[in-house]
Amino acid sequence: MHEKTHEPLIHITKRAFLEPWKALIVRICAVLLALLTAGLFIVLLTGLNPLEVYAEMFKGSFSTNRKFWILLQKTAMLLCIALAVTPAFKMKFWNLGAEGQVLAGGLACTACMFYLKDSLPNWLLILIMIAASVLSGIIWAIIPAFFKANWNTNETLFTLMMNYAAIQLVSFCIAKWVPNGSGVLPILNSSTKAGWLPTLFEKQYFLNVLIVAVITVVMYVYLKYSKHGYELSVVGESQNTAKYIGINVKKIILRTVALSGAICGVSGFLLVSGTGHTISTGLAGGNGFTAILVSWLAKFNPFIMVLTSLLISFLQRGASQIASSYQMDDSISDIVTGIILFFIIGCEFFINYKINFRKKEDK
Amino acid sequence: MKKLAKILSVILALALVLGLAACGGKTENDAEGNTEAPAVEGVDYSKVKIGFIFLHDPNASTYDANFYQAAKAVVANLGLSEDQVIYKWNIPEEGSDCYDTAAEMIDEGCNIIFADSFGHESNMLLAAADYPEVQFCHATGTHAIVSDLANYHNAFASIYDGRFLAGVAAGMKLNQMIEEGKITADQAKIGYVGAWPYAEVISGYTSFYLGARYICESATMDVVYTNSWFDIALEREGALKLIDDGCVLISQHADSEGAPKACEERGVPNVAYNKDTSDLGPTTAIVSSKINWEPYFTLIINSVAKGEAIPDDYCGSLATGSVQLTAVNEKVAAPGTAEKIEEVKALLEKGELKVFDTATFTVKGEKLESYTADVQDMGDYQPETEVIKDGAFVESGVDFGFRSAPYFDVIIDGITLK
Repeated sequence: MHEKTHEPLIHITKRAFLEPWKALIVRICAVLLALLTAGLFIVLLTGLNPLEVYAEMFKGSFSTNRKFWILLQKTAMLLCIALAVTPAFKMKFWNLGAEGQVLAGGLACTACMFYLKDSLPNWLLILIMIAASVLSGIIWAIIPAFFKANWNTNETLFTLMMNYAAIQLVSFCIAKWVPNGSGVLPILNSSTKAGWLPTLFEKQYFLNVLIVAVITVVMYVYLKYSKHGYELSVVGESQNTAKYIGINVKKIILRTVALSGAICGVSGFLLVSGTGHTISTGLAGGNGFTAILVSWLAKFNPFIMVLTSLLISFLQRGASQIASSYQMDDSISDIVTGIILFFIIGCEFFINYKINFRKKEDK
Repeated sequence: MKKLAKILSVILALALVLGLAACGGKTENDAEGNTEAPAVEGVDYSKVKIGFIFLHDPNASTYDANFYQAAKAVVANLGLSEDQVIYKWNIPEEGSDCYDTAAEMIDEGCNIIFADSFGHESNMLLAAADYPEVQFCHATGTHAIVSDLANYHNAFASIYDGRFLAGVAAGMKLNQMIEEGKITADQAKIGYVGAWPYAEVISGYTSFYLGARYICESATMDVVYTNSWFDIALEREGALKLIDDGCVLISQHADSEGAPKACEERGVPNVAYNKDTSDLGPTTAIVSSKINWEPYFTLIINSVAKGEAIPDDYCGSLATGSVQLTAVNEKVAAPGTAEKIEEVKALLEKGELKVFDTATFTVKGEKLESYTADVQDMGDYQPETEVIKDGAFVESGVDFGFRSAPYFDVIIDGITLK
């Protein structure tokens, strides 16, 4: 009893390195444990067979060719925003304004479709729409970046507030464009299809997916092999180091955030021109925030982001399938999604840290 | 002999198989319960498969719950099996989700698609064009009468009759409060939480207000908009603001529990829409008007089963059982409310009383002698149709070739927008 122990029962040390295959095993274990826990919840709460529920979840994404394409589309839309926030986050610029930047891009794109209609050849109209979307996304992102670079304002709050400004702007435009007060802007140019991204190989989403795939590769190269990519990571690690080695920090901040906003603008363009052909305040649908999770989970690696965004889209599609098949309220599927994400994020702890138990000889 | 045995065995085998099949059929029917009575004799439902698209989760939204309950009731009544119906909820209006959901349902064999929200219409129209062999039915939409698509249909109901009757209950309550000396006659101010400044909402609160004023002449009404169909916090805030501004009775056209709950907290009587809210406000809920979608769902399923055409635009009424009032909450309502409602309802049904009789209201001090409304939704938002006929505003006038979705968008005297 009076024996003094200097070593606690458990202590945690940071791992210097964990072999990739071991890290992989930890992650697989986490997923299995998550499925087990979620299964337990399902049985306790609903009395359903968890295996059937998982099969149903799987069916939500893979039972038909169409469902698979919808999964790809959802993944691409989420991934595109995740790719957009990544350079900013890697620079430790907390861009919580993706939602607003996507809306700004989408709104500019919609405005082109609304005012220009079919007055121009479609390829020209689409080029103008892309330019307008990218520019609006940049403007929406660069305002907080400008204040950050010059007066070191807090970008977390600033970008967040820019979201609400964008939402109000979209509401205002819809109210102006739709005088009957219903607040719903119908699909634009549905007879002429002016400004609609063309359907390739009879797949509406083919171009969306292709464009995001290209952005993924480009972003990987940009972050890993370009001078820009190196500079922004130095600014992220330490602004003083960056200054010391002669990097113009202000310029890097503005350039990187502009890139972030530009890709958000592209995302807005894809959501309007390639998907819905109209706009509402729910255009980004919360993906501006989910994208941050996607990016962090993948440790800012664009190729791993493909997997994390796929996982989240798969979970969301599966959740909706479960809700429909068992006519359950969406909460149960939210719980399942929550448990799975909790385990996946939680397992990072075991990858980064080692838990040491007190050795028995100490007694 | 051998041949005979062979034939016999074949016949026996066939009999056995057919017998088994018959048995199988029977047990299936038994499993569906004994609710097949309302199904039309001799109609074969085996080829019908219907997909329902809901905007929100019926567990949270009174609007969607109203559709969902009707759908379930009709499916049970007609004896459709579980794999003849698909329900999908939380299908947003934005993006292409509604189109994709409809297409997925068609992949699974649906030949009727129903969507419940105004904003689903554009995607429903696109899908209807792409799948001409499938019937698309959309509630509250405006395009069926102007669209060339034979497989695209709209539906609504003359809910203004129901609103008027709910207004009668509100007027009774106001009169009771005046008689009891709780308020003076000019304090009889109603508060209304509306969703969007759109005709469906304006038509709803105007008919409600006219019903209240039919009973309580001094009634006035303040209206706030939430600019959302479903926002618990905004609807609650709207109701509280109206109560603080001196409104002594609240009604709403928005889909959540926000307003009824706020009323219960403050002890202010509430008249609701879509759903019996006496569970949310046991001491404040008076009555609700609602559209009963069962007649329409029965109609479309029967039409497809029989291979008949579904009307382009359908407007349910008191007569079809589409417009209903929930049970009056006797604990809250003024004495004699239920009887009064029946009395006025009879007048409405006989046509002796018209909700939008132009003799009963004025606009900017003047009687509405003529009015053109945007009945044909061509995307131009320009009014083109004269809707005053025989001294009344013809709302949801499908008999005149008008659309079923409301187009009454006039603010009448006595109503103040806040």
